[in-house]
Amino acid sequence: MVSAAFHTPGDATAPAAAATDADADADPVSRPAANEATMPIEAPRPAPARTPIDWRGIALKVLPPVISLGLLIGLWALATMKGGGSFPTPAATFDAAVQLFSDPFYRNGPNDQGIGWNILNSLGRVGMGFGLAALVGIPLGFAIGRFEFANRMVSPLIALLKPVSPLAWLPIGLLAFKSANPAAIWTIFICSIWPMVVNTAVGVQRVPQDYLNVARVLKLSEWKVITRILLPAVLPYVLTGVRLSVGTAWLVIVAAEMLTGGVGIGFWVWDEWNNLNVAHILIAIFVIGTVGLLLEWALISLAKHFTFEED
Amino acid sequence: MKPFIQVQDAEMVFTTRKGRFHALQHVNLDVQRGEFITLIGHSGCGKSTLLNLIAGLLTPTSGGLICDGREIAAPGPERAVVFQNHSLLPWLSCLDNVLLAVESVFGGKETPAQLKVRARAALELVGMSHALHKRPHEISGGMKQRVGIARALAMEPKVLLMDEPFGALDALTRAKLQDELLKIVARTRSTVIMVTHDVDEAVLLSDRIVMMTNGPAATIGEILDVGIPRPRVRVELAEDARYVAARKQVIDFLYTRHAHVEQAA
Repeated sequence: MVSAAFHTPGDATAPAAAATDADADADPVSRPAANEATMPIEAPRPAPARTPIDWRGIALKVLPPVISLGLLIGLWALATMKGGGSFPTPAATFDAAVQLFSDPFYRNGPNDQGIGWNILNSLGRVGMGFGLAALVGIPLGFAIGRFEFANRMVSPLIALLKPVSPLAWLPIGLLAFKSANPAAIWTIFICSIWPMVVNTAVGVQRVPQDYLNVARVLKLSEWKVITRILLPAVLPYVLTGVRLSVGTAWLVIVAAEMLTGGVGIGFWVWDEWNNLNVAHILIAIFVIGTVGLLLEWALISLAKHFTFEED
Repeated sequence: MKPFIQVQDAEMVFTTRKGRFHALQHVNLDVQRGEFITLIGHSGCGKSTLLNLIAGLLTPTSGGLICDGREIAAPGPERAVVFQNHSLLPWLSCLDNVLLAVESVFGGKETPAQLKVRARAALELVGMSHALHKRPHEISGGMKQRVGIARALAMEPKVLLMDEPFGALDALTRAKLQDELLKIVARTRSTVIMVTHDVDEAVLLSDRIVMMTNGPAATIGEILDVGIPRPRVRVELAEDARYVAARKQVIDFLYTRHAHVEQAA
C-alpha cells in the first residue's frame, strides 16, 4: 500500500468542520428544536433591510497578519538600528528592492541579468521538470492504483527512493546529461514525481466500490469507466499531488541552481552572497516566498474548480 | 408457468482476512414475471448478499442462478440495481447520471436526441423533472433516491433489484416514495426484488415476502403470500384484517422464532 500525503493549508480547519457536520448528522432533531426555542424571542425584532458590513469580522481577518508583519519589520529595524553591521536595515533593503525592480529585465552578459530573467529561468526549469514528472507520474499512479501487481512491483521502489534528498540526484543528472541545465531539470523531475505517483495511486484505490458497481451494472466500456468514473473521481487526488509536487519543485530549484549555476533565482542568491550583498539576499528570500505562494494559490483555485461535493 | 428468476441451491462463502464466512446456504427461490418480492431479515442475514447474487455482482460458491432462461454470470443492465446509498456520480448532473445508463443500454440503436428523451422521461416518471441539471449534492436524500430509481427504470430492465432503497430516508419521505413506487410498478409492470428490514414496507409493497433466518449460513426460513389485492392504499390498509395478519406473521417470524441475538463482536 502506498499512503497519501495531504498538506493542505486549510487542513487545520477541515477536521473541525467535519466534526460539526457529523454532529449535525448524528442529532438532526436537536437543532430544529433549538431553533424553535429561540425563534419567539427573535421574532419581534424587525429584520434589518440589508446585512450590515461585518467590520469586526474583517478586522479580525486583516489585523493579525498586519500585526505579525509589522512586528517582524519592527524587530528587524530595532536589531539593525545601530548600523555599521553587514545586515541592512528594512529601509535600505526596500530601497535596494525598488532599484532592483525598476529594471528587472536587463542583460549584461550571462552572469549579470535582471531579477525578472532569473525568476523566469527558474520557473522555466521547474515547469519543465515538473511537466515531465506529471507526464510520467500520473499515468504511473493510475497503473499502480488499478493493478495490484503493478502496486506490489513499484511500491518498494517508491518507499526506497522517496526519502532521498533531491540534491543527491544532481550528480547522477550531471553524469548522465553532462550539462548543468538538464541536470537541474532532472533533479526537479525526480523530486516532484513522487507526490503525484502516490496521490494518484491512492485516489484510484479510494474510488468508492459503489461507483465501480454502478459501472458493472451499466456494463460501461473500459474507456467509459476511465473517462466517466475513474478520472473525475481521482482528479482531486491528482491535483493534491500536483500541488505538493510544485511546492517541492520550487523548494528544490533554489538549492539545485546554487550548485549548477547559470541564470536563475538560486544562482542569483549565491552570486549575491559572494558579493556580500545581504539586502539582495533578503529580497530574494521574499521573492522566492511570494512566487511559491502564488504557485500554491493558483493550484488551489484550480483544484477548487475541479472538486465535486460528495453527497 | 416457468419461473422468471430461479435461484437453485445457492451457497455463498466469503474468504476474508479473518477466515471463511459462510453467508448463505441452500437458498432456493423462484420468482415469477411481474412479481414484487421483498427479502426481509435481521441485519447480517445475507439478504443483500442474495440480491447481489441475483444482480451478478457476486458469484455463488456453489449452486446456480437463472434469469429469463439464462445463467446469471455477470452484472448487466437487464437486472438494474437501485443502491442503498443511491450511488449517483457526484460530478454528473441528474440528467447525465440517467443518461449514462441510457447510453449504455440504447446507445448503439438510438440517436442522442432519442436517448435524451428517454432520460427525461425516466426523471419525469419519478417526479424529478425540476432538477435535471442539478448535481446530486444539491438535492435532498429522497430526491437522490428518486434519481437512482429513474436511472434503473430508464434501462428498461427485466427486473429491478432494490437494496434497502429507502433505508436512509426519514419516515415521511419513505412513505411517499413507497406510494410512488407502487404506482410506478403498477404502470411499468416491473418484476422487483427488494431488500428491506421494514415490516410495513414489506407488507405494503410485496406479493410475497421472503423471510430469511439469521446468519451465518442463513437460508430462506419462510415465504409469505401477502394476497392483498392491488391497488393498495396505505390509509385503508392500516385496518385491513389481511394486512394486520400478514404483518403479525412477519413480526412473529422475525422477533419470536428467529429473534436476533446481538453477538459480542
